[in-house]
Amino acid sequence: MATAEDLQVKPKADVLLQTGPSRPPRNMGQIIRFLLLFAGGILMVMPIAFMISTSLKWPHEVYNLNFIPDEPTIENYIYVLEDGRFYWWFLNSLIIAVITTICSVIFDSLVGYTLCKFRFPGRYIVFIAILSTLMIPTEMLVIPWYLMSQQFGWLDTYWGIMFPGLMTAFGTFLMKQFFETVPDDFIEAARIDGLNELQIWWTVAMPLVRPALAALAIFVFLGNWTAFIWPLIVTNSVEMYTLPVGLSSFGDEADVAWELIMTGAAISTIPTLIVFLIFQRFIIRGVVMAGLKG
Amino acid sequence: MANLRIRDLVKTYDKTQVLHSINLDIDDGEFVVLVGPSGCGKSTTLRLVAGLEEVSNGTIEIAGRVVNNLEPKDRDIAMVFQNYAIYPHMTVRKNIGFGLRSSKASKAEKDKRLESVAELLGMTEYLDRKPSQLSGGQRQRVAIGRAMVRDPAVFLFDEPLSNLDAQLRTQMRLEIKKLHQRVGSTIVFVTHDQVEAMTMADRIVIMKDGDIHQIGTPAEVYHKPANIFVAQFIGAPSMNMIPGRVTGDGTIELATGGGLAFERSLPEGREIILGIRPEDLHPGQASGVIEGSVNVREPLGHETLIYVGTSNGDVIAKADGRTPPEIGETVQLGADPENLHIFDAATGEALA
Repeated sequence: MATAEDLQVKPKADVLLQTGPSRPPRNMGQIIRFLLLFAGGILMVMPIAFMISTSLKWPHEVYNLNFIPDEPTIENYIYVLEDGRFYWWFLNSLIIAVITTICSVIFDSLVGYTLCKFRFPGRYIVFIAILSTLMIPTEMLVIPWYLMSQQFGWLDTYWGIMFPGLMTAFGTFLMKQFFETVPDDFIEAARIDGLNELQIWWTVAMPLVRPALAALAIFVFLGNWTAFIWPLIVTNSVEMYTLPVGLSSFGDEADVAWELIMTGAAISTIPTLIVFLIFQRFIIRGVVMAGLKG
Repeated sequence: MANLRIRDLVKTYDKTQVLHSINLDIDDGEFVVLVGPSGCGKSTTLRLVAGLEEVSNGTIEIAGRVVNNLEPKDRDIAMVFQNYAIYPHMTVRKNIGFGLRSSKASKAEKDKRLESVAELLGMTEYLDRKPSQLSGGQRQRVAIGRAMVRDPAVFLFDEPLSNLDAQLRTQMRLEIKKLHQRVGSTIVFVTHDQVEAMTMADRIVIMKDGDIHQIGTPAEVYHKPANIFVAQFIGAPSMNMIPGRVTGDGTIELATGGGLAFERSLPEGREIILGIRPEDLHPGQASGVIEGSVNVREPLGHETLIYVGTSNGDVIAKADGRTPPEIGETVQLGADPENLHIFDAATGEALA
């Protein structure tokens, strides 16, 4: 196993000798790589920049594609934040995304752990059955989901919006693969030490797959925060709308209020950034820990 | 502390039987090492005792109680794993104290026990460190500490020194032995390293292909091997095996040429295998048992291993470290009759 000393970065001699400003790229290949990365970065940032730019424009300027607004305004933000419906949608999205994330992390890891660490007849079939649901597109599932919601009386309720996402095949697959990296000796040692299976899962296995849990939490939160089709179908009342559904309702049949939609979208990215910043820490720490295990 | 009795233990995976009716009695406070090559069933035996595998047939008794159907936690055992199995997300304190989670002792008592174990293992100053901040030997001590803190009836060690470098392994070997002398617990230790087995065990159990080939003290298995497998497995370099046949005048005619007077009476014409340890073959004797030329020399400092080419392949002998025979030199190798081992060529079992 590697010790802390082993992991210390030993600078190369030529790096130590380098005293001037950072060295220029050595060859064309490196220049092309930098350019491609720069182009990729621009491609990622542009939509966000335009979203913020549009949110600072007056309605008559929206279809003018200039990046800097002629007359920047924060009126759109004032309008959106003074509109009581926005808070409802924001709260709805937050409740749904948080609960779904918690449930998904717990259920997916429980199922993943069971499929990974327990030997029982039909284990492989169950795993394949779960995986095979990944092949069915959401558009095909919304009809049975809707019929189910209707029969159970879940239409236009939080439960109706949340239930399809409380456990995911992708999450189960992800967690199962990560639990494979947890040595069986850890589980067996805990079993000898007197823990029951649920305690072993929670106390021993879960902390060891924290990077996977963080990644799953980010995926699920973002997926539910931005979900549109299913919340649109299952909700009827404006009070039950989630943010994406609510934002799409800005404007009327004749015109779409893009400046308001972009304003709402800009505000709604804040929680996703927070979630990412919180869980990214765990991912990085997890990678460091995995490196030390040796 | 307690004794351990294994009776007619069988383990089967699907249709493959990996343990064939194992019988073993381990006394209270005894240090027993299960040794054998990979796949011999030593770890399986240990896991069956621990309750990590289900017994297919037979019984396991710990302190007079049949434990076949008990959960691992109810067997009053503790196990140290090959890769330590100490939790990377917990401090040393939590790792050692983990074994006490299910104990009904008070917190003060648990803390006291934890501290005393840490002191015994010299880990007191590392209690608040994470495993990643410890060396390999310290991690191994944490694993042993977690087992010790529970004060179990039987300690089970599953190749715990395999991941350590040679120097640390020697050091830990000594520490475990000292620990056993101090604590006096019953220990079952699994290893594939015969040196570990010889140096640590009160008794050694030599296994191969799911069977026990010999049980005995280190001296017994070394000097009186029960069969060819045990003779070759114990001791490094391995015992030389030379085929031969008993002649009419009571001597043994060796495949390497020459004859050998042998005191024990064996029926004429019997095919045998003669076993001679390299340290019992002395080069330079005028009337040697074996003659050949030196093919390879391996200087070890205090002695030199010489590989002597014969008509039956190479024979290994130990020569003086200062003046070993030269490569290509013809040497006569002699042996004392009392150091010879005779095995039946057909069964491989020791004769006489």
